[in-house]
Amino acid sequence: MEQSLRDKLDGLDSIVGTLMGGLAVQLHPIPGPVPVVQVSIEGREELPIYVTCSDSQILCLCYLWNDSEVLTERRTELLETLLDLNPSVPLSSFGRIGDRYVLFGALALNARTADIAEDIAALSDNALDALEALSEFLQ
Amino acid sequence: MSVIKKVVTLLRGSAREIAENVVDANATRIYEQEIIDAKQSILEARSSLTDVMAREMQSARAVTRLDGEIAHYEGLALEALNKSEEALAEEVAGKVAALEQDLEEQRQAQQSFASQVSQLKELIKAAEAKIREHERQIAIAKTTESVYKATQSISDNIGHSGSRLASARESLERIKQRHEHLADRLQASEQLDRELGEKALASKLAAAGIGQDADRQRQRQVMERIRARQAKPTEGQ
Repeated sequence: MEQSLRDKLDGLDSIVGTLMGGLAVQLHPIPGPVPVVQVSIEGREELPIYVTCSDSQILCLCYLWNDSEVLTERRTELLETLLDLNPSVPLSSFGRIGDRYVLFGALALNARTADIAEDIAALSDNALDALEALSEFLQ
Repeated sequence: MSVIKKVVTLLRGSAREIAENVVDANATRIYEQEIIDAKQSILEARSSLTDVMAREMQSARAVTRLDGEIAHYEGLALEALNKSEEALAEEVAGKVAALEQDLEEQRQAQQSFASQVSQLKELIKAAEAKIREHERQIAIAKTTESVYKATQSISDNIGHSGSRLASARESLERIKQRHEHLADRLQASEQLDRELGEKALASKLAAAGIGQDADRQRQRQVMERIRARQAKPTEGQ
């Protein structure tokens, strides 16, 4: 699985870079029990995208904020906004893993490198956009 | 228990628990074994199905053939009667009765094969549905586990690298500042280009005797002429 994800991501950095208008993109494998590769995009180093895969799909994740950063009094409003936004955001969905809010895109295991690159570029743009739009709900 | 229900229950616990518990190794093994068994029974059912379908076709052909033979011999019996060959007609009737017996047997066989075919098709459908359902349940469990394990690895990695996970607001601020800085630099470089370009153009125009700088040049020429006239009378004296 580890090897197959690495093979799939071969050349991903340059495709994402080109898609994003010539930005430098770097890939770093993250050690652990499941394959994870960190994708860092120039100028957006604080919002890296993580690519991981299971037996059934490839998942591109961007961690947005922690539960502790959400303004308590506006929490419900934020959750409803995220649910409402979900169908509108192209290629990406909001979710939560543990106490971390994420924006993610899921692809079939047989997705091509170019498809993964497109998802990552969309995810990065959407994450930055979402962070800006929803920062009013955060401390 | 549906696997989504199980995930919902586990979600009330800690993230680490989810990563460790959602894939119940024993349950997954059972599901995986059931998938293998179901696939095997589909293979067997398919092979029986082709056999039973072939037999059904044979019976159907026999029924058609016997129908034809019965009609043929009944015609012959009628002809014998018309020729007052009672004994011959009797004999042919005996043949027809035997053929009808065969026909009845073939019809029953055909019905029995047809019902076996539909049973086997049902069995295959049920086995395929079971495989799909088990594969979906395993996929949900493994995906949940994988996502939580990935998050754990990422958190550990950030922890080890010593870098603090910035708050979302801080991250956004930093990215925006960087973008503004970049935009300012772009603007400054454009301005510089423009200024340099303007200066170069102005000096070209002046050299060609056009524009404001050109006026100043003409003024200088007039002054030179006047100074020259001023110098002349002195020369004459």
